[in-house]
Order: sequence, then structure tokens, then C-alpha cells
Amino acid sequence: MAAGTGSLEHPAQQDYERRLIQRIGDGEHEAFYELIRPYERRVYAAAFALLRNDADAEDCAQEAVLKAFKNIRQFRSEAKFSTWLIQIATNEARMRRRKQRTDLIEPIEKDQGQEGTYAPREFADWREIPSETLERKEVREKLAEALSSIGQIYREVFVLRDMEHLSIDETAKALGISTASVKTRLLRARLMLRDLLAPGLGGPWSKDLSFAKGAKPW
Amino acid sequence: MVVNCEHVWREVSNYLDGEADAELRAAIEEHLRGCKHCTAVVEGMRNVVQLYGDERMMEVPLGFSRRLHQRLEGDMSRSRRTFLGWAVAAAASVFIAGGIEVARSSVFSHPGLRSEHARTSNRVPPDMMVIVADDGKTFHVAGCPFIHDKARLRTIPAYEAEQQGYAPCVRCMKEYLDATASSHRWHEMSDKDATLG
Repeated sequence: MAAGTGSLEHPAQQDYERRLIQRIGDGEHEAFYELIRPYERRVYAAAFALLRNDADAEDCAQEAVLKAFKNIRQFRSEAKFSTWLIQIATNEARMRRRKQRTDLIEPIEKDQGQEGTYAPREFADWREIPSETLERKEVREKLAEALSSIGQIYREVFVLRDMEHLSIDETAKALGISTASVKTRLLRARLMLRDLLAPGLGGPWSKDLSFAKGAKPW
Repeated sequence: MVVNCEHVWREVSNYLDGEADAELRAAIEEHLRGCKHCTAVVEGMRNVVQLYGDERMMEVPLGFSRRLHQRLEGDMSRSRRTFLGWAVAAAASVFIAGGIEVARSSVFSHPGLRSEHARTSNRVPPDMMVIVADDGKTFHVAGCPFIHDKARLRTIPAYEAEQQGYAPCVRCMKEYLDATASSHRWHEMSDKDATLG
């Protein structure tokens, strides 16, 4: 489920990071480059998912990393550095959204999942999509497009939980919402993405992908 | 326990995350054996989670890392410059303050002082052991980097040092007094010092 994050979650990695943080605190600022290197992509991804604009996301990611550097002494060693860093990036992105007032442009969304069950579209056929598919740029673009099209409140939960691999509790803390809301929004986000990405909806996948010609992907 | 399709749709996320309890899990699996639609929902969602969870989905613009490091570097050197600026300013203020004190001490010079550049202080605990050099002019906290003539050092109480015309070192004694200013011991010493002074 948490593909590609195994090494980052390893206790040895956390010990190593704690030592790096100690060195930075002692004035060896250059150690910070080493500390953030494994997470640079994740910081950008979190910013991009919320801001949906390359330039804003890059500036936001840079700002978040600078804030992490300036506030490194406030980092509590019982937490994971990656979680702390992603939280900073999320806060920064949300703050920018408020400043840009983009929240007003997007339709106001509520946790509809709490009021009624979301009925997923019916696609009886399915098959597993191999992860090698992601080597194709157009597939990555389609996935990004689908993610951009779901509402903000679902997107931010999905990104933190399924892309950044934060736990339910960590996601709830990062966004300042309850764990119940995280679960509800996550369910809705996953179902919506599943529906968007399945062929037969007139979605872009059905035109381009070879597996869509015969069998449905799922 | 028997579950229907709606129940499965509500729990599918928890089921995939391994958060459904054993009974619910077994019921969902039993339902999936006979329901193609729910099986497609579960497997479709599994695909979504696996594909988006792959690090390849986290593309960054070309040159992102280099630009990030450049900005960090700029910020780090700015902090260093700020710190340096602060240190220079602090040193300058000490120098200016020292100059003012020199001027004051020349006006209100203590008759017994070894140098007009030194000044007495009634804030120093009188029985605190301090370091003096025979031909020095100031007394110090042990370990002060401004102790000169280390071959002829003596350790004596502060009140004796003051009686002999030594004045407190503006660096180490100031640091010591600032650090102990709020302590109970300090107040006691101050009172005693005042009576001695």
C-alpha cells in the first residue's frame, strides 16, 4: 500500500535523521541538504496537489523547506521528520490558497459521504494495472488530471494519505480535521478516482491506452 | 454477519487499509465471492491506491532540486551575515559602553583602582573566588579567555580583589552576573555586598 516508502520509514533512517538534525542544531547547516534530499519530491507533490500550479507549488515547496530549516530546533524527535516537513508544506500551501482566495473559486464542498452512501459507477470487469504503466508519461498525466478534478477537501486527504503515506491520525492533525472526516473523505476520494479513471465515462484513458481497447482496466 | 453492496461501498476503504475487524472482513470477502460489481469496486480502488502511491507519480519540474538548494544556500549565507552583523554590532556596543564607562570612571575614579580603565561593581558577590594576576588590573571568573600573564595568577575572594584595586573583567564577570542575576543566592550576595560596600 505504501509503495516506495519502505526505506524512509525504517528506524535506522530515523536514527540517522536524528543525528543529522543534531548536527544542524550544532551549527553544521550543510547537513540540512542531506536531511531533506529524500523528501524534496514529496514536499513538491504535496504543494502541487493543493495549489495545482507548477510555479506556485515550487515557490511553496521552497518556502516550506526554508521554514523547516529555520525551525529545526522546534522539531520534536518523537515525530517523523518527513511527517513534520509535509505538514509544514501543507500549511504553507493552504495559507497561500487562502491568500489567493482560490477557495472561493472552487465550489463549496461538504462531507457528503457522511450524509449518504456514494454509489460507485458500475464496471463489472476489472484487472490489475501494473505499476510499470506509470513509466508512460501520458498515464501519469491522466492520473494527475483526475486528481486535479476532484474537490479540494478530498484531494488534500487523498494526497497526504495515499501519496505522502501519512497515517490517518497524522493526516487529521496536518489538516486540522477529525479522523472520522479523514476516513470519510478518503473513501470518497478513492471512489471518485476509481470512477474517473475507469473507461466508459468518455474519459481520456479510453482513447489512448492499449489496455482500454479490449478489456476494461477494472 | 451478512453485508450488502452499500455496506461494502462504505467499508471498502477501511477494508483495503486493513482497518476492518475480522468479522466484517470475513463478511465482505463472502459478499465479494458472489458480487462482480463490488469486486470491481474493491479492485479498482486497489489500483487507484497502488498507482497513486508510487513515487513515480511525484514528478518535479526540471531543475527543482538545484533551485531549491540555491535558495537554501542564499538563506543560509544571509543568516550567517545577519549573525556576523549582529556580532559586530554587539561588539561595537560593548566597545561604546566600555568607552562611556571609561569616561565615567575617569570622572568618578575609585582612589584604590589599579587602572582608571577598570571600574568597581557592588554587584559582585564579595566572597566569590576570582582570579587575579599580580600585575593585572582586573579580576576574572576562572577560565575567562582574557586572563593574561598566566604564570602569576592568584585565586582570592572578590572583596579582597576589589580592596587591592582590581576591577571586574567586563566580559566574564558581566556574563557571570547576568546568568546569576535572578537567583536567590545572588540577592543574598547583593545584600551582603551592599553592607560591605
